[in-house]
Amino acid sequence: MLQSSHHEDPSLAGLVWTKTGISVERCYQCGKCSAGCPAASEMDLTPSVVLRHLQTRDADSEKKVLSSYSIWLCLACQTCIARCPMEVDLPKVMDVLRIESLHRHLVHPKAKDIVSFHTSFINTIKRFGRLWEIGLIGEYKVRTGHFLQDVAVAPVMFLKGKLSLVPELHRKFVRKIFAAKERA
Amino acid sequence: MKIGLYPGCSMDGSSREYQESLRAIAPKISLELEDVKEWNCCGASSAHAIDHALSLALPAKILAQAEAQQMKELAVPCAACYNRLASTKVELAEDEAMRMKVAKMVDLPYTGATSVKNILDVLTPLLTPEVVKTFPATFPHKVVCYYGCLLVRPKSVMHHTRMEDPMEMDELMKRIGATPLEWSMKTECCGASFSITRTDIVGTLGMNILEDATMRGAEAIIVACPMCHSNLDMRRTEIEKVSGKKYSIPILYITQAIGLALGCSPQQLGLQRHFVPAKIEAKLKVQQTTPAAAAVS
Amino acid sequence: MSRIGVFICHCGENIGATVDCEKVAKTCACLPGVEHSVDYKYMCSEPGQSLIREAIKEKKLDGVVVAACSPRMHEPTFRKACAEMGMNPFLCEMANLREHCSWVHAKGDATTEKAIDLVSMMVEKVKRNKPLNPIKVPVTKTALVIGGGIAGIQASLDIANAGQKVILIEKEPSIGGHMAQLSETFPTLDCSQCILTPRMVEVAQHPNITLYTYAELESLDGFIGNFKARIRKKAKSIDETLCTGCGVCTTACPLKKNPSEFNMGLGTRGAIYVPFPQAVPNKPVIDRTKCTYFKTGKCKLCLTKCPAGAITYDQQDEIIEVPVGSVVVTTGFNVTGTDFFSEYGYGKYKDVVNGLQFERLLSASGPTLGEVKRPSDGTVPKKIVFIACAGSRDPAKGIDYCSKICCMYTAKHAMLYKHKVHDGDATVFYMDIRAAGKGYDEFVRRAIEEDHVNYIRGRVSRIFERNGKLIVRGADTLLGAQPVEIEADMVVLATAGISNPGSEELAQKMHISYDKYHFFSEAHPKVRPVETNTAGIFLAGACQSPKDIPDTVGQASAAASKVLALFSRDELTREPVIAVVNRTAPPLFSTCVGCFMCQTACPYGAISREEIKARDGKILKTVASVNPGLCQGCGTCVAFCKSKSIDLQGFSNEQVYAEVMELLS
Repeated sequence: MLQSSHHEDPSLAGLVWTKTGISVERCYQCGKCSAGCPAASEMDLTPSVVLRHLQTRDADSEKKVLSSYSIWLCLACQTCIARCPMEVDLPKVMDVLRIESLHRHLVHPKAKDIVSFHTSFINTIKRFGRLWEIGLIGEYKVRTGHFLQDVAVAPVMFLKGKLSLVPELHRKFVRKIFAAKERA
Repeated sequence: MKIGLYPGCSMDGSSREYQESLRAIAPKISLELEDVKEWNCCGASSAHAIDHALSLALPAKILAQAEAQQMKELAVPCAACYNRLASTKVELAEDEAMRMKVAKMVDLPYTGATSVKNILDVLTPLLTPEVVKTFPATFPHKVVCYYGCLLVRPKSVMHHTRMEDPMEMDELMKRIGATPLEWSMKTECCGASFSITRTDIVGTLGMNILEDATMRGAEAIIVACPMCHSNLDMRRTEIEKVSGKKYSIPILYITQAIGLALGCSPQQLGLQRHFVPAKIEAKLKVQQTTPAAAAVS
Repeated sequence: MSRIGVFICHCGENIGATVDCEKVAKTCACLPGVEHSVDYKYMCSEPGQSLIREAIKEKKLDGVVVAACSPRMHEPTFRKACAEMGMNPFLCEMANLREHCSWVHAKGDATTEKAIDLVSMMVEKVKRNKPLNPIKVPVTKTALVIGGGIAGIQASLDIANAGQKVILIEKEPSIGGHMAQLSETFPTLDCSQCILTPRMVEVAQHPNITLYTYAELESLDGFIGNFKARIRKKAKSIDETLCTGCGVCTTACPLKKNPSEFNMGLGTRGAIYVPFPQAVPNKPVIDRTKCTYFKTGKCKLCLTKCPAGAITYDQQDEIIEVPVGSVVVTTGFNVTGTDFFSEYGYGKYKDVVNGLQFERLLSASGPTLGEVKRPSDGTVPKKIVFIACAGSRDPAKGIDYCSKICCMYTAKHAMLYKHKVHDGDATVFYMDIRAAGKGYDEFVRRAIEEDHVNYIRGRVSRIFERNGKLIVRGADTLLGAQPVEIEADMVVLATAGISNPGSEELAQKMHISYDKYHFFSEAHPKVRPVETNTAGIFLAGACQSPKDIPDTVGQASAAASKVLALFSRDELTREPVIAVVNRTAPPLFSTCVGCFMCQTACPYGAISREEIKARDGKILKTVASVNPGLCQGCGTCVAFCKSKSIDLQGFSNEQVYAEVMELLS
């Protein structure tokens, strides 16, 4: 991976480089990632445009990126990096941008559901060590207010034996990990 | 073959039939599975989306546990879990500082000694032509094999030599007598974790997949990922809402297709748990009049 | 007692600002054997050289040390000055105070001390210098041109028209190369074959050119002015002296389905074939891998039908040996196939073609006689997508560079398609438009403004097939990189220009350098573009890097001029810095014991075995012997020799030892 000397780059691109070793200069804006992205038509900033904003190192552009819907719509399907001629690891860049977006409280309003989903997922693991679908959906509905979502699906899942009403209790499998996270 | 097994959360819950079919066929193809003890969720797509250290620590604990049980190889049937474990392995191997940090969080020794294998890696060496010859039935249907995103990408982790047109599943299906058709959606995303938050996207992407498969004349879509199965099966009504037309093509796990060729009953393979009826049968190789044969066909 | 003159150059500020040149000159004046020691601002200037000349005359110097820049810069200058005063030029040496001292150290006492050391070492060496005479070798005034494309053709004609002899070899049955496959050329839309074929005929008819087609280089030995080339003439199975080129055999051949290489797999040919109608020579060859007779012993229809009795099945490959004075390499390039692209179908879609294939479809002599038709079903495509930069500028695919010609030929393809199919729709997906030649940008503007070719800036992520159409998924980066999906009838990929298969082996045969892409290396990218680092071997055209026809022809003529410069002399002089095996009086003859480790060690094959015979012919001793024509003076043999019987003229063991001892004292 090409790494230029970024000497104290305080920008968002600099943060990306520090966290991942990816140099956004490597992108020559060919658009192949945007062309193949399955979610591109729903995004406000398509993947190559996100990178262009980072390349400018302009504060307004950076804010636009961190408050975009795009970074939350990214499916992490890895199609972009599979085809990128310059081998820019865009999925990794997206991870950094998402975490920074949360950190700076810049989450796009339309993306709040998606963030709620991820948060509920993590909380479920924290409590039960493994995924308990009802716990996940329950917390998700409370966070988002979508109380009627999938009400038709749930009983069918249950009847097909794919939905347990009671969680398995494996919290201790992950206790140390989450404790370490709290300390950090 | 004796190999470790990391089932993953969906195999216990929403993709229960995947685990059922895997355990049903394992003894018949000389596959001995040893479960990883005290396994936890791998973090799936949510962990890496919002917490980097957590996204490495959860898989690392599973790998460390497998190492502690002296497993040289770990089978990971869920493609998403497989991708997480494999990516974690690569990242921890390259970044020593992160490896130390994660090992501390996990509080277990971790050396990266256990290698991870996906379901196709596991099944391919077991279903040799000699072994398949002993199967009581064949699966003589036109199918398309849907690999999804995470079995073959990214290149730096998977090192797949034919990323845009993989053939491992096609080869397995051919061996059990199916005709895998050429089609254009082998590795196109199904909508992944947007099943709940943006079900409409799952609907659109799923529609593209079902449309292509149906147009080619496939009788079933074979998958190796619980997420893909769920998005194409459980979310069928959503797909039909977007497309405005009905699709009846069933979605089968690779283990279910193999199970049918092995003479397992649909119940054993959990076919009744699908949302889209999977009324697709195997064909007996030799005509028998025993009651067992009647139950299968 | 030696009488050495020492001249310290300031080289302006280059040395003078870092080294105390005055002090060096004063210190060296006191060295034993130094008769004269001065410093001066610019030794290479006319007054500077006069200082040397005057000192040689007045002080009767028998050796000169010029402490200045690198000998690579001015050794010839100072040696010439000494020679003008009657001193053997090899008694003049340079100490490098610039690259080895002032340019790599900071100003200070230590740096000046080092400069003094460098000069005193060289003084010790020069005390032991012996007068040497340059070696003269004759020049064979025949050039070997490898590759009969436009570069080879141009170079051959230029050399031949100047009265020198040329041997042109081409591995295909006909000369013409890729240019013969093109329909029309940018930026003029000249018919390619119309401008090429007259030159092809000229080559065939030129009295100074000997043309061997279906021939390859087997080996190349020797050195500049004196190469020995062995050429393998592959068996054509045709007696060319009898063949009239009537073509009856090619019509008679029952095997009609072999893919034609000239038509890039879109057309067919027989087992006995002429690659294209305008081939030079217009005589067929038999592809023995496809011919029924060679596979099973049956058929023989061509033999039966030939009115001239020219078919000779038992013809063998023939190796001919020719002495040549220089070599011009014009082997050209290739383009990647469509199977190179995993995301565009791994080459399985018949209607996804590369640039050369599309040229054949456009060409009037092509498989569709110039009508643009889909290879899959023969229908006329109403919508074509052209993809520029397919494989080039793509480190993920291992090709970092730009292939230079694709932007232009893509515009050309789109234009020609629109000229042929008026209601056709042409879209070009591009990243940049590289149109830097004369009339080039205007040409691209014409495609956009007059022929209404759609240019979309963005790359294509994927192509797949649906219902007989090709679905192209690209993006328009000038509109926020929105995805653009086009349902096309045909896709033309402007694939990357790559080196020919077998380039590495050929380069190794000729001992020339090549880069990681197996393009041949020029001696200097800016000021020596048509020379290689191997003296006497020149390059021209796309074998060095992808380029268009004007650049290729320019380089070919440039390479020809280098050859003609070489041939303008009857003799070449070589530096006498070569190894010599000692000889002494009988009965010893030489201290060489005949172990021949030097022969094994020599990278240039310059050492052979020499028998020393008595008067009656009895062999007394076999010793090593150095060929002064081949020896490059590397000194490896000297290092290997256990009996110290071989030494390097100008860099003898004694001289090197003296330098080291001086440094240590």
